Amino acid sequence: MYDKEKLDQIKKSKKDWEEKVVNKTLEKYPERLEEFKTGSGDEIDRLYTPEDIEDIDYKEDLGYPGKYPYTRGAQPTMYRGRLWTMRMYAGFATAEESNKRYKYLIEQGSKGLSVAFDLPTQIGYDSDHDLSAGEVGKVGVAIDSLADMEILFDGIPLDKVSTSMTINAPASVLLAMYIAVGEKQGVSSDKLRGTIQNDILKEYIARGTYIFPTEPSMRLITDIFDYCSKHVPKWNTISISGYHIREAGSTAAQEVGFTLADGIAYVDAAIKTGLDVDAFAPRLSFFFNAHNDLLEEVAKFRAARRLWAKIMKERFKAKSEASMRLKFHTQTGGSTLTAQQPDNNIVRVAIQTLAAVLGGTQSLHTNSKDEALALPTEDSVRIALRTQQIVAHESGVTNTVDPLAGSYYIEAKTNEIEQEAMKYINKIDELGGAPRAIDIGYIQQEIMDSAYIHQKEVEGDKRIVVGVNKYKIEEEPPSDLLKVDPAVENLQKKKLDDLRAKRDNNAVMEKLENLGKACSSDENVMPYILDAVKAYATLGEICGVMREIFGEYEQSVRL
Amino acid sequence: MQLEEKLLNGDKRGCAKLISMVENNDKEAIDIIKKLYNHTGNAHIIGITGPPGGGKSTLTDRLAKALRKEDKKIGIIAIDPTSPFSGGSILGDRIRMNDLSLDKEVFIRSMGTRGYLGGLSKATQGAVKLLDIFGCDYIFIETVGVGQSEVDIVKTADTVIMVMVPGLGDDIQAIKAGVMEIGDIFAINKSDLMGASKTATEIKMMLDMSDNMERRPPVLQVTAIKNEGIDKLVDEIKNQMNYLEESNELYERRKNNAKTEIIKLVEEDIINLILKKNESIGMLDDIAHEVAIKVLDPYTAKDRVFNSIKEL
Amino acid sequence: MDRPIRVLVAKPGLDGHDRGAKVVARALRDAGMEVIYTGLRQTPQQIVAAAIQEDVDVVAMSILSGAHNHLFPKVVQILKDEGAEDILIVGGGVIPEDDIPGLKEAGVKEIFTPGTATTDVIEFIKNNVKRK
Repeated sequence: MYDKEKLDQIKKSKKDWEEKVVNKTLEKYPERLEEFKTGSGDEIDRLYTPEDIEDIDYKEDLGYPGKYPYTRGAQPTMYRGRLWTMRMYAGFATAEESNKRYKYLIEQGSKGLSVAFDLPTQIGYDSDHDLSAGEVGKVGVAIDSLADMEILFDGIPLDKVSTSMTINAPASVLLAMYIAVGEKQGVSSDKLRGTIQNDILKEYIARGTYIFPTEPSMRLITDIFDYCSKHVPKWNTISISGYHIREAGSTAAQEVGFTLADGIAYVDAAIKTGLDVDAFAPRLSFFFNAHNDLLEEVAKFRAARRLWAKIMKERFKAKSEASMRLKFHTQTGGSTLTAQQPDNNIVRVAIQTLAAVLGGTQSLHTNSKDEALALPTEDSVRIALRTQQIVAHESGVTNTVDPLAGSYYIEAKTNEIEQEAMKYINKIDELGGAPRAIDIGYIQQEIMDSAYIHQKEVEGDKRIVVGVNKYKIEEEPPSDLLKVDPAVENLQKKKLDDLRAKRDNNAVMEKLENLGKACSSDENVMPYILDAVKAYATLGEICGVMREIFGEYEQSVRL
Repeated sequence: MQLEEKLLNGDKRGCAKLISMVENNDKEAIDIIKKLYNHTGNAHIIGITGPPGGGKSTLTDRLAKALRKEDKKIGIIAIDPTSPFSGGSILGDRIRMNDLSLDKEVFIRSMGTRGYLGGLSKATQGAVKLLDIFGCDYIFIETVGVGQSEVDIVKTADTVIMVMVPGLGDDIQAIKAGVMEIGDIFAINKSDLMGASKTATEIKMMLDMSDNMERRPPVLQVTAIKNEGIDKLVDEIKNQMNYLEESNELYERRKNNAKTEIIKLVEEDIINLILKKNESIGMLDDIAHEVAIKVLDPYTAKDRVFNSIKEL
Repeated sequence: MDRPIRVLVAKPGLDGHDRGAKVVARALRDAGMEVIYTGLRQTPQQIVAAAIQEDVDVVAMSILSGAHNHLFPKVVQILKDEGAEDILIVGGGVIPEDDIPGLKEAGVKEIFTPGTATTDVIEFIKNNVKRK
């Protein structure tokens, strides 16, 4: 970015400064630490100068927002045009209770819904299954059939909201239910907006709510791509997630590298089924984490955007700009929250919010201060939402696009993360792609290594976590935590009994049989799932049919 | 109920306790094995070995399930490495066998190598005998799976299954010396991956070149995770046993294994004697000191140690 | 020769968050223990069966989904039914303070909440394990 002569002068004067000024200062006042590290443990220099970004070509590497390679943002005007979607992940207990929480959030200014399902729903078991005992309604809402889904969105017009659903292995079933609810409301599927997470690879890697083996899982995903491109064109068919990879303990660069490697696997799979890359790639979206190291995180988001753009253009020969543009949702880092002095978490979330916004996120969920202790209460959710609103309206960072660009450090760090992420992608390519790298436990082990190093650093006081290993106080255990009533389980069971008594069981059997046949064939399973859902087949019944035909995934662990 | 009875009655807790006691070199457990040794010999002992990442645990799981359909009683010993630094270990093979845990007729035990070279835990031999007395029809020993050290498994098992995966061409080259020879059956696992038949051909070629084999081991393609090829593998295991019995090879192997085991046990006792003696008089330290400062040579030192234990 | 302390590290229920369980497993290994790791989605029955066959000294469980009040006591109960009450049982995860007394009464010896140092877990196990 600089002419050579100028750069030589800068280099020379920097050396002068180091020798004459810095060294003298160090003699009298040594630095606080022997080495300074980012949140991810990368070493960081004392000072960044033009020397660190001498190879950057402004037009090629940074360019303009809304233009390739999208380093500076996905849209031309970013938050001057429209703020990010403030999307609070919520759901617990029954559909009735969650419906109330959604209406409250919409009242409070939330622009999109984000549905949290309980674990039995995420793993395709009905509430009355043996393995569901103790889990019903705990980490999200329990959905057993279309009947629950109708209650969940009661009074919420589906053509007016965009809905994100954190659902993976049984994503097609929940999407089908959403389409069916829309129909009942008189909203045709082409008007539905929202996202399903639908990212099975990161379930194998980090989150654990898988059902089927890799092959049939990938087929379900590409079936959704295909179905939605024809019938639900405004739907984001996948949210390729680094969030959980980071929560499991990865570094920032690993988050980017492993997530994009997963992305590559999905694109490969879709192309293999005969889909045109530009037909589905614009509907791919991403989901990242925001941790506490503000500048490293901003660089991470920028690096991810640039790297994905290059991958789509160069590796997959995409032609449409929309295919190259990485759009992402962000959630603040759950694992950074502390159970100690929970109020401190409000500050952490604020910093992470800034990171996401300065990194150019399209939507954001902010965690609540009490989430290291339990599900958030309504009050703590409101503070979390207000945090976003304060950043949006008071901080001023939304007034210009990508304000940190050009910072020597930010640009150098953006390059570094991109290169490190690319190294991981190359390694995974060598191993035969992400599914294979997961199968042999490579990705999981890399993440675990990082997590263990982090833990050791905290325990050795090499990394300060306020309230945990420094500035500790004696505190009373918090008393106003949200509790899910254990009666929810019985309530759901009763609803299921009623449903099974009321519905046309012959029709259910027939639809399930048809679904089974479709699963064994090459046909797209989506229409068959939709039929079964509309006949009020339960989630567990539908997933049960698929379990029988597809088998179940077996976890790969390398410790 | 006495441990002995528990073992004979198929009580899992009793069997588990006895294995722990054998691991601790407990005299009571050894006495029980001595007393019940005539109850051993019914089980077909099968070593499952091959490079890491080959899916040995999943394959073992599927073999066990297939044999359970024939109502056979199964014992599984899964060995993982012990950290040389901490002496601890993470034993993770059960992950692949979780639904076998609840089967009354299956017993799974994980073991760390605990510093014993050869990829086999020191207590493995004892545990195998206990599972044999316990009434197992098949005992699988799943090894650590690191190269040359696996050769030790032949000295415990009746049959060795080498588990390979496609695309490990270089690794085959690297491990063929000494290790290829120990396989009685070759299973190319993950045969749904590219290159499976090529790997099978390569292994067959390599086996054909080897001339010191009485019986050319069968080479099978399986995909354990999809339960493909497992029945064939079970058939080959049975064929192998028939062959061993008919050719008298079973007796030969078991005799050789016994020889190795006896020598190992004697060796161990001698070392323990030396260490014990050393404890009381600090002899080893003193002699080592003299050798280090070149006052004494190690050969004379050895004679001295040997003479001192002869006195015991 | 004394064998190392053997610990079963288990994830009961449907919860897939295993970072904590894996970190603890590694820390126990590095403290010289033998850790049997059984992976995700274990039923209480499977956990007990594994604990018995492996003859472990300790069962350490982790749950972040809120199902602890149901699952932890169940494991304790089945272990008792099998006559294995000498096994030390500890638990960890996102567990509200209010729930801890009830879990201890049920027979879980200690509950470790977020922010616990692995050294504390190791210490506790070493001090409380009943060697046979």
